[in-house]
Amino acid sequence: MKTNNPLWKFFSSVNLALFTLGCLAVTSIIGTLIPQKETAEFYISSYGAKTAQFFEILDITSMYTSWWFLSLLALLSMNLIVCSLDRFPGLWRQIQADNLQLSLDRIAKNRLSASRTSSLGVKEASIKLHELLSARGWKPQSREKDGALLLFAQKTPWSRSGVYIVHLSILVIFAGAIYGQLTGFKASILLPELQSSNSVYSYKGGEPIDLGFTVRCNRFEIDFYANGMPKEYMSSLTVLENDQVVEQKNIEVNHPLKYKGITFYQSSYQGYSDFIFTLAEENGQPETFTGPYQKELVWEKENIRFGIINLETVRDRVIRMKIWFNDGRGTPSQFWLENGEEAKVQRPDGTYIFSAKQRYATGLQVAKDPGVWVVYAGCALMLAGLYIAFFLSHKRIWLILRPEDAGTLVEMRGSANKNRTAFEKQFHELADDICSDI
Amino acid sequence: MDSSTLLGITTFTYLFAAILYLIVFIFKIQQISKVATWFTAFALLVQTLGIALRWYESYELGIGRAPLTNMYESVVFFAWTIVALYLFIEWKFKIQAIGVFTVPLAFLAMAYASMSTNITKTITPLVPALQSNWLISHVVTCFIGYAAFAIAAALGAMYLLKKRSKAPETTQSTGFLASLPPLQTIDMITHKMMVFGFIWLTAGIITGAVWANSAWGTYWSWDPKETWSLITWFVYAITLHARYTRDWGGSRIAWLALLGFLSVIFTYYGVNFLLSGLHSYGSG
Repeated sequence: MKTNNPLWKFFSSVNLALFTLGCLAVTSIIGTLIPQKETAEFYISSYGAKTAQFFEILDITSMYTSWWFLSLLALLSMNLIVCSLDRFPGLWRQIQADNLQLSLDRIAKNRLSASRTSSLGVKEASIKLHELLSARGWKPQSREKDGALLLFAQKTPWSRSGVYIVHLSILVIFAGAIYGQLTGFKASILLPELQSSNSVYSYKGGEPIDLGFTVRCNRFEIDFYANGMPKEYMSSLTVLENDQVVEQKNIEVNHPLKYKGITFYQSSYQGYSDFIFTLAEENGQPETFTGPYQKELVWEKENIRFGIINLETVRDRVIRMKIWFNDGRGTPSQFWLENGEEAKVQRPDGTYIFSAKQRYATGLQVAKDPGVWVVYAGCALMLAGLYIAFFLSHKRIWLILRPEDAGTLVEMRGSANKNRTAFEKQFHELADDICSDI
Repeated sequence: MDSSTLLGITTFTYLFAAILYLIVFIFKIQQISKVATWFTAFALLVQTLGIALRWYESYELGIGRAPLTNMYESVVFFAWTIVALYLFIEWKFKIQAIGVFTVPLAFLAMAYASMSTNITKTITPLVPALQSNWLISHVVTCFIGYAAFAIAAALGAMYLLKKRSKAPETTQSTGFLASLPPLQTIDMITHKMMVFGFIWLTAGIITGAVWANSAWGTYWSWDPKETWSLITWFVYAITLHARYTRDWGGSRIAWLALLGFLSVIFTYYGVNFLLSGLHSYGSG
């Protein structure tokens, strides 16, 4: 698309691309030096009231979503679109071009050349060359021209579009990001064990978002290495619809739960000061109780009283607890129990299975992003485009066959639009290879 | 024999190889040029064994993870990729002089890894966020990119040095710089390295984004590490555009190769120590 419209020229120019990329690179630094999305008080106390106000005006405190940064990205997109529209028709002509139409003089201007003589006549030589080239992946076409026979073959002419594929991929990624922004959400929830919720809280403003189903946390566990480092955070989650269990998964960091396009990520936890107890008669149905430290709880059915009388903790984490257990017959049992473990309590009238654990709430990050697959497709397209743009080239060879006294003079010409040194070698090898056989 | 011993041997072999490369080029003793290459290859082999042994040792400790997860291990791997890539280039382009600039880089990285008191060498287990299959592909893609950019910067420095020695007042380049490859060749390989690095950096950013999405539900959160990797990407994108469309070459590209590498170093190292963010694993 050739035009003299100055605005079109401006938006299609490489200078604009260099300028925009430069601005994006330089301004991006700001947000890595100044902490983003902190409270107003933070900026005032760290940078002073004047500077904080200046930050406010220019949206420095959330610069990657500020009007001016988004404008730069929009400018880049505009530049990519206009520049591609501007150059693509010319590129398409080059890909589709009839290379047999070129004049012999023009062909002779190609830098790479080789010539050989053959004892075969023009016709035989041509047939033989067709065979030899086809066997090597070059599919030649031929045409008679100015008393000579012209053969032409090319490889990967479409590779010229590599750079446009990369440009397109950036637009696809942007489109995916925008689509995700418009139709998805990012939210979080702190869900205590044994509780369920049918909404989560948006990052933006914290308003509740209805999930359309219920998610329940059955259990949260932390695993530790011998040196005390956390090894794994695990939440057992159940998804319910109309009180029916539809999905059940133990999630860990890097292993989220996905249901109806909404993904639940393990992100944090909080230890509570109350406990979850499970009691059962041997071979009986377990029952669950919750209660705080040093409070007597009652299992009415069996008339059992129990509670925690002592604790061993590391920071806010309970390691083991001393249980007091009384069924009214004989002296009450007292025993130490590791957090989350199970104990058999022997009583005169029978055996009970008793377990207790500190209650936790699991911190879940909840995201819905239908645009993510578009973004991934853009990423794949970008890698493919970069490969095509840098490693594949449009290679062309012409062979001009002219009758000579004792046979045929074969003049070979070639060009590649990229990686010329490599093609030069390939060209001469091909020349030696095919001409030795004719 | 444990992995630290092997990596210690590697450090000193790189030092020795670097000295050999220097001797070859300063005193033009071509007879020992092959020896320098062989020593470098030997050091690479010992280093490969060292890294593999460290991997094995982590299983012995009951931890079992790839040796690519903290600053010490990444610096060691950085040195490894630089030398592996350099040896490939030496073989492919038959130019030995680049070794004078790249093998010392690998030695410095190894020396920093073993002597710095800032970084720990012990094999520690992985925090939950790092326990992912994306770990290896993310780290490997990034470091191939970084290594290519390191070599591009070394070539850029080489170009500028050689160019300066050819200043008008001295009609001929002097000293050992004369034995460096022609400016045009240095320029060509610098460009190739930047192209190669650019593709791997792109792949590194993408694998990082996919990983972030599977761990946190956001493929891009403008964390300082992410942002700096993107800044680096912009720098090389600008460089490649300037070359293809403005026909930039020579000194300008050489300076851009150095600038780009500064950005790489900041992304890799500076962010961990100077800025705070999600990507804090590498600082220990």
